[in-house]
Amino acid sequence: MYAQMVKSSGEGVKTAGEMDAQERAFQSRIDAGEKIEPKDWMPAAYRKTLIRQIGQHAHSEIVGQLPEGNWITRAPTLERKANLLAKVQDEAGHGLYLYCAAETLGVSRDELFDMLHTGKMKYSSIFNYPTLTWADMGAVGWLVDGAAIMNQVPLQRTSYGPYARAMVRICKEESFHQRQGFHIMMTMCNGSVAQKEMAQDALNRFWYPSLMMFGPSDKDSVHSAQSMAWKIKMDSNDDLRQRFVNATAPQAEFLGLTIPDDKLAFNEDTQQYDFSEPDWEEFYEVLKGNGPCNRDRLETRQRAWSDGEWVREGMMAHADKRRNANQTAA
Amino acid sequence: MITHSNQTADSRHLLEFVLRQGDNALVLGHRMSEWCGTGPALEEDIALANTALDLIGQTQMWLAYAAELEGRDRSANDLAFMRDATDFRNLLLLEQPNRDFGHTMMRQFLFDAYQVPFLQALESSADQRVADIAAKSGREARYHLERSSDIVIALGDGTEESHRRMQDALDRLWSYAGEMFVTDETDIAMHNAAIAPDLKLIHAQWNDTVQARLNKATLAVPDSTFVHKGGKNGVRHEEHLGHMLATMQVLQRSYPNSVW
Ligand SMILES: [Fe+2]
Ligand SMILES: [Fe+2]
Repeated sequence: MYAQMVKSSGEGVKTAGEMDAQERAFQSRIDAGEKIEPKDWMPAAYRKTLIRQIGQHAHSEIVGQLPEGNWITRAPTLERKANLLAKVQDEAGHGLYLYCAAETLGVSRDELFDMLHTGKMKYSSIFNYPTLTWADMGAVGWLVDGAAIMNQVPLQRTSYGPYARAMVRICKEESFHQRQGFHIMMTMCNGSVAQKEMAQDALNRFWYPSLMMFGPSDKDSVHSAQSMAWKIKMDSNDDLRQRFVNATAPQAEFLGLTIPDDKLAFNEDTQQYDFSEPDWEEFYEVLKGNGPCNRDRLETRQRAWSDGEWVREGMMAHADKRRNANQTAA
Repeated sequence: MITHSNQTADSRHLLEFVLRQGDNALVLGHRMSEWCGTGPALEEDIALANTALDLIGQTQMWLAYAAELEGRDRSANDLAFMRDATDFRNLLLLEQPNRDFGHTMMRQFLFDAYQVPFLQALESSADQRVADIAAKSGREARYHLERSSDIVIALGDGTEESHRRMQDALDRLWSYAGEMFVTDETDIAMHNAAIAPDLKLIHAQWNDTVQARLNKATLAVPDSTFVHKGGKNGVRHEEHLGHMLATMQVLQRSYPNSVW
């Protein structure tokens, strides 16, 4: 979810007949619910798809620090400042777990960073939207972390062991973030007229971008079918989006806020909410780099990385000197 | 200015003293929080946020106590977000901008090397509340010092460039360190009341720590004995603080009496 439109082999799902013996054994382990571990044999395409997916997810965690970091220095109380700092620190930690999980597949963190900085790898489209008022800290926690949870809870059962275990740790924290965001929204909604307006405005701006986080409908996507057979994608984008709307619509009502969708209504027949699709044209533009913050976000990360180069080199040079001194002494 | 005729001289000094501790933690914590998501490595992002978080936690304890001592029905948040720069009592060292990672960690190191022995002494303060806050903050300060020392030593020793940058940071910040040891009537009153230590003793400990670690870092201690002052007594802050507060206080100032 933080991983949108991850390409897999592109060949469609292989049938048992098309697989060789090794592939068949691999698939049957997955079908039996076994976890694949780093040293196990795996098809090259499985490895490649996972690296793309975990890498994109990791990048989303660290780029995701920026829209919220935008308000840490303006948090309105000491408690909110501390909570937001702790949340953003968690996100950096999520990035760390995920880069470690990706490293078990044979790609280094530096290589992944390089792919992020050169635009070869993406991060979630949601982080290319600006955070304009304090209420956005509520909306991001409530909706963005809320949408992330929808996707990540099933991924705790994903077939790749290190990824599944990273997800278990991450999910606990994400649900805390979601509650924290909802609490900010609730406080704003119970506050002054100006605060309530800020809350509604934040929902207006973040609703459709949050729906886009699940990616376009993947009913017909060969990529998704293969990823689902490999259990590195557990549910279809549409199912997850529907689940998110079902969970979120009553929460908006509870807050006294209006979701910006005239078509949104509970459907007694399906026992689900009907809702409007987001503007997929906008989504593709954001993926292409034309979101409101794409350039700023990427430049911020590139600058952080290049400004930090002397620090990383200094640290390494010192560590080398110490190692050499120890060897000479021994 | 915070002066109240109904308070005794000692309680006025205690309030001033507690505000200084709270403002130090707040201003430095804010500076560290400005790094969010832009550190030189992911591990540093986490550590910088962690330091900021510790300091904001310490701010809450000190300013809550200051608000009680003040007795004007204000909260820790009122003190943080509704006071003007002239009422702040932080050291000038701590309002210095982050500049680069080297300046940030050098500032942290110079302060941590003071904060560790200072809080340790406060743990046996005659004022129980001060002693409690110091005990809670002391462990964090010791961890901060360990980390900032390691980084100052590694980068001082590291490459030519990292050495040059750390020396620049030290040269730039050195004349701000002395304000920590400037003793005024509040410090004397606190020392006489056994609430706080004699700053001369802390200065000696600070010197030992700083000299030893800067040596390891292959950094040269500047000759200058000049001391910039005016932060801890609020007489003259630098321009940096006003900008920091303009950012930090914007919501409370723009929407007064709101609940957040
Ligand atoms: Fe996260
Ligand atoms: Fe989160």
